[in-house]
Amino acid sequence: MNNDIYVVIEHLRGQVADISYIMLAAGRDLARETGGKLAAVLLGQNAQALAENLAADQVLYGENAALAEFTSDAYQQALAGLISENQPRAAFFGSTTIGTDVAGTLSARLNIPLVSSCSKISDGMIVSQICGGKIMAETKLADTTTLITMIPGGYKPEQGRGGPPEVKPVPVSVADLKVALNQYIEPEVADVDITKEKVLISIGRGIQTADNIELAQALADLLGGAVSASRPVVDQGWLPTSRMVGKSGQRVKPKLYLALGISGAPEHVEGMADAENIIAINIDPGAPLFDVAKYGVNVDLFDLIDPLIEAIEAAK
Amino acid sequence: MTHILVPVKLVPDLVEELQIAGSGNALDMTWLRLIISEFDDHAIEQAIILKERSGGEVTVIAPDQEGMDDVLFTAAAKGADRITKLSGDFGEGFNNHALARAFASAVEGLAPDLILTGVQGNNDLDGSVGPCLAEYLGMAYVGYVAGVSLEGGKAVIKKEYPGGLIAEMEVALPAVLGIQAAEQPPRYVAVSKVRQMMKETSIVEIDAGDLDPSGGLDVSRMYLPEAAERAEMLQGNEKEVAARLVEIFKEIGVI
Ligand SMILES: Cc1cc2nc3c(=O)[nH]c(=O)nc-3n(C[C@H](O)[C@H](O)[C@H](O)COP(=O)(O)OP(=O)(O)OC[C@H]3O[C@@H](n4cnc5c(N)ncnc54)[C@H](O)[C@@H]3O)c2cc1C
Ligand SMILES: Nc1ncnc2c1ncn2[C@@H]1O[C@H](COP(=O)(O)O)[C@@H](O)[C@H]1O
Repeated sequence: MNNDIYVVIEHLRGQVADISYIMLAAGRDLARETGGKLAAVLLGQNAQALAENLAADQVLYGENAALAEFTSDAYQQALAGLISENQPRAAFFGSTTIGTDVAGTLSARLNIPLVSSCSKISDGMIVSQICGGKIMAETKLADTTTLITMIPGGYKPEQGRGGPPEVKPVPVSVADLKVALNQYIEPEVADVDITKEKVLISIGRGIQTADNIELAQALADLLGGAVSASRPVVDQGWLPTSRMVGKSGQRVKPKLYLALGISGAPEHVEGMADAENIIAINIDPGAPLFDVAKYGVNVDLFDLIDPLIEAIEAAK
Repeated sequence: MTHILVPVKLVPDLVEELQIAGSGNALDMTWLRLIISEFDDHAIEQAIILKERSGGEVTVIAPDQEGMDDVLFTAAAKGADRITKLSGDFGEGFNNHALARAFASAVEGLAPDLILTGVQGNNDLDGSVGPCLAEYLGMAYVGYVAGVSLEGGKAVIKKEYPGGLIAEMEVALPAVLGIQAAEQPPRYVAVSKVRQMMKETSIVEIDAGDLDPSGGLDVSRMYLPEAAERAEMLQGNEKEVAARLVEIFKEIGVI
């Protein structure tokens, strides 16, 4: 094993994802501890130009027609070869629809540890957020290559932009694929674009029923905004996917983000942490969203909404 | 006939306050309330939707954790044909690698065409069960799945990308899919129906033998988050809080 740190670059349809730059920032912190090089691993077809802004010491570029679009098994095969041959000290993947599929299977295939949900490298320790953001865990690098999946929060993408780095082609071999991409299906056109709203009244599981959404809608109407939601509300079919905030939904940056009954799981926070003014209303004093919000109210949302609506009406 | 296997596990109920064990590197299990992992519940629902749509059999398999029987009888009440429990040392501190190996050894006798797991559990630290299980079985794995149909030896799946983008993919069977969301929200079953199942069905037990946690993690420390900055908590009764909120709305210029 050597002391190098790999960062597996995520890109989709010609765009490098922000998580790639975030991983490069984390990878730099770890490489400083191990004394190794920071290498970005870029896989694709005609994708070399994506290396341009990567703040890495070196880019290992694997070109193959089977890597033109992401599939879990093509990526896994390419990386299993690269990692077991070169034995880096650690390899970062996004805790994303791309990275988790690959890192999870590689851990079992190579029988090496995988640390999930890392948000930061701190004094060489891998700091993870689990249990919906209610628990932190610190893990050291193992005696073998350690795989890490990364969530945003601890670094800004700008910290991982730089370059252009040296690009070194590496051979990758891929065969007998079991997964194939048929097509991409574009998101449905939304009635409201929550990324453009100045005010979002955002509801979580605490709203309890679909009928209660009209309470949030009344607040949104009074403040000239729209209703957005956490994943469970959308998975219940109470609001369309276009209203979802977070990892799988939209990233929003409104002037006011008023969260009603949202716990603040990392997957949600990822989509709203950059809002200008976050106000969290939650009955649980330990809700992780209180660590992100500017103002918090520890009450039952159903006790607060009516007085709040009255107070706004009186003020107008 | 298509046989769909759904491995599930219990995870901490995050509504409860969580505490760290005396060892300093694990959750304190003493007062922990365990519930079925939310995404495993979606996996059960997706399996039953597939069975209703195109026939087949559904087996739900789970480690013998405290409270698991209720979860399994609930799955049976929803439409699972078989409910199975792995007996072994699943009290405290087993990791996902060990659980995936235990599932894998049980799978050999069950010969499923498709395995659906929840994409992730809230306490996953050494990766998730699904990808490990797929690899131990030599099957393909695709996660973040929100839609599955079966077409002649293949699963056609919808894989979620951020912002509502979907990748439609084909996966050769047998395969393991990590379910993010079932096509419909998990159905509700009446307690009476679950009780009826307890009388009519029984849980098949499979011995998991000794657990093998290798490839897992040595966690150095667990702790509760120490936020650098915490929200300013607004105090007072609801009326006072409402008045203060209106002031804040004015300060930031939304009223
Ligand atoms: C791969 C993946 C991707 C994901 N992507 C997303 C995503 O894009 N967006 C997203 O939001 N989630 C996402 N999730 C889910 C995420 O992990 C959480 O499960 C989710 O954010 C929780 O939503 P919630 O806060 O509404 O529900 P919960 O976590 O159940 O929280 C509900 C909160 O409401 C409070 N509450 C209850 N009743 C009241 C009341 N009367 N008054 C006040 N407060 C009350 C409770 O105290 C609790 O804090 C994803 C998960 C995975 C695995
Ligand atoms: N876009 C929306 N904004 C606010 N409330 C909504 C929205 N869509 C649906 N609802 C509410 O959700 C409930 C169920 O709606 P539906 O699922 O369309 O039957 C109704 O009470 C609606 O008031």
